[in-house]
Amino acid sequence: MKSNIFVKDKVAIVGAGLTLFRRRLLETPRELAWEASREALSSAGLTLKDIDCIVVGSAPDAFDGIHMKGEYLADGSGGFNKPVVRVFVGGGTGVMVPVVAWWHVASGLCKTVLAVGEEKMSHAYPHPQGVFAYIWDPILERPLGPNLIWIFALEMRRYMHVCNASKEDIALVSVKNKRNALDHPAAQAAAKITVDDVLKSEVLVWPVQLLDISPVSDGAAALVLASESVARRVTDTPVWVEGIGFTLDNTHWYNRDLAYPRYLEYAARMAYKMAGIERPWKEIDVAEPYDPFDYKELHHIEGLMLARRCEAPKLLKEGYFDRSGELPTSPGGGLLGVGNPIAAAGVMKVAELFWQLRYEAGARQVKKPVHKAVANAWGDLMQAGTVVVLST
Amino acid sequence: MKPERVPGRYIREEDLRRLPGVIEYTPTARYSYSAGQALSEFLRGLKDGRILGKLCPSCRRVLVPPRVYCEFCFTPTTEWVEVTGAGRVETAVTSYIGAARERLEKPEIIGVIRLDAPGHAENSFDFAGLFHKLCGVTEDDVKSGRVIGMRVKPRWKPVHERMGSILDIECFEPLQPREVV
Ligand SMILES: [Zn+2]
Repeated sequence: MKSNIFVKDKVAIVGAGLTLFRRRLLETPRELAWEASREALSSAGLTLKDIDCIVVGSAPDAFDGIHMKGEYLADGSGGFNKPVVRVFVGGGTGVMVPVVAWWHVASGLCKTVLAVGEEKMSHAYPHPQGVFAYIWDPILERPLGPNLIWIFALEMRRYMHVCNASKEDIALVSVKNKRNALDHPAAQAAAKITVDDVLKSEVLVWPVQLLDISPVSDGAAALVLASESVARRVTDTPVWVEGIGFTLDNTHWYNRDLAYPRYLEYAARMAYKMAGIERPWKEIDVAEPYDPFDYKELHHIEGLMLARRCEAPKLLKEGYFDRSGELPTSPGGGLLGVGNPIAAAGVMKVAELFWQLRYEAGARQVKKPVHKAVANAWGDLMQAGTVVVLST
Repeated sequence: MKPERVPGRYIREEDLRRLPGVIEYTPTARYSYSAGQALSEFLRGLKDGRILGKLCPSCRRVLVPPRVYCEFCFTPTTEWVEVTGAGRVETAVTSYIGAARERLEKPEIIGVIRLDAPGHAENSFDFAGLFHKLCGVTEDDVKSGRVIGMRVKPRWKPVHERMGSILDIECFEPLQPREVV
């Protein structure tokens, strides 16, 4: 049974737009926000005059190298003489953007929201890794000289150990997503690769190798969300936001078991309850689990309860998550294939589900009929979980 | 097929350098962080070769690293409790790159150590623990998984080199066979 009885307005996504995702783009951050916004608005047949409120999402200011990035991005996102809010929960930001846009509309406060995610990681050089130094605890962590990949490798290693998953099992995610991205017009890292290519790529922090990771990217993505009355007026095929969820786990990340994403299970339970979904593994038709690393897609498939714990690697091998499979995951190519401009990447995943549910994904369209979908994103020091459930 | 249009112009690094108006900037921000109530005491303990936790009187967990509040109960922690420093490796990896992604000459092994501390069930999801370097184990121990579950203890820096820092622990190293800590 659905539990969103206090919601004033039903909320739909009515438009979506993307820029190209690339290692380095000519456009400034606000130009990228503008390009994605314009695409989203025109796809909905709306102009900025029709928009009541703006939600902007972007990850650490240090990437673009501009403080108060929300304010900086605002005018490129249509945030001019209107209520504007900037959202930031690390890598979880991209899906938090539609979550926050949802409550703007669901509360009755705004009838229409333009929701934009942007990231320009190429400004930091020689590599944005250097910028990540400032996310660590200055007293207990930074003195050890950590690289951000350490914690993901620690998590991947723990998952491999507890679930008895091999590097080969996990590399198949990268193979699948990069292959799926061959049909995505914005894709940066689409490729036909094999498990062997992943295993032979540069070893960064074992077990993490170069092809286990999504690339460094510039890009923007935007959605238009609207109340039911507006949505029914502007489109015959609204995609309803049926549930939202978000949770933070303990920031003392080395004080909890990394084999299972508890942060995500809690967020997913919140969203499924709102959407009236009791058996997600049966009811969800297509998913965009957050995949900045290949093991993370498996981790998140389990946290979203689309597979039992430790069962995802086996199902993956059987083709269960392929575009033609029983529960396609990252059919658009995900972060591993399309690219990872952080906040924009999460919005891109929701945009992909929007197109899938409207049967507009063309060569990327999954084979089975689709009605319900889920996307998640994840970030901060591995503890932020954000989820949206969509349906037609 | 959607999206129909994906605006944006890719440029290579060489092209970027040739563009008019490219600005170079290196921030020179400097910080001095205080360690706070709980960690100042913890760091003093490290200088003396002791690992200190703090007890939550409500759930009886000894929290390591210590905090002034228990985040589970959201109440103040009370007594300081010394733990032995021994524990087992929860997960471990081998890093071939440094903080700015530069290749390291000699790879490092890093791990999460689940410490022996009162108030935590044997295989609980949440536990007392530290994140540190491991020594006396090999890249192959990491790959084969032999290192996971291994009993370890801190290897301390010589007393005169300790500064009240997490680096007063040089690394965690395997316990000798039959060694009791
Ligand atoms: Zn407590």
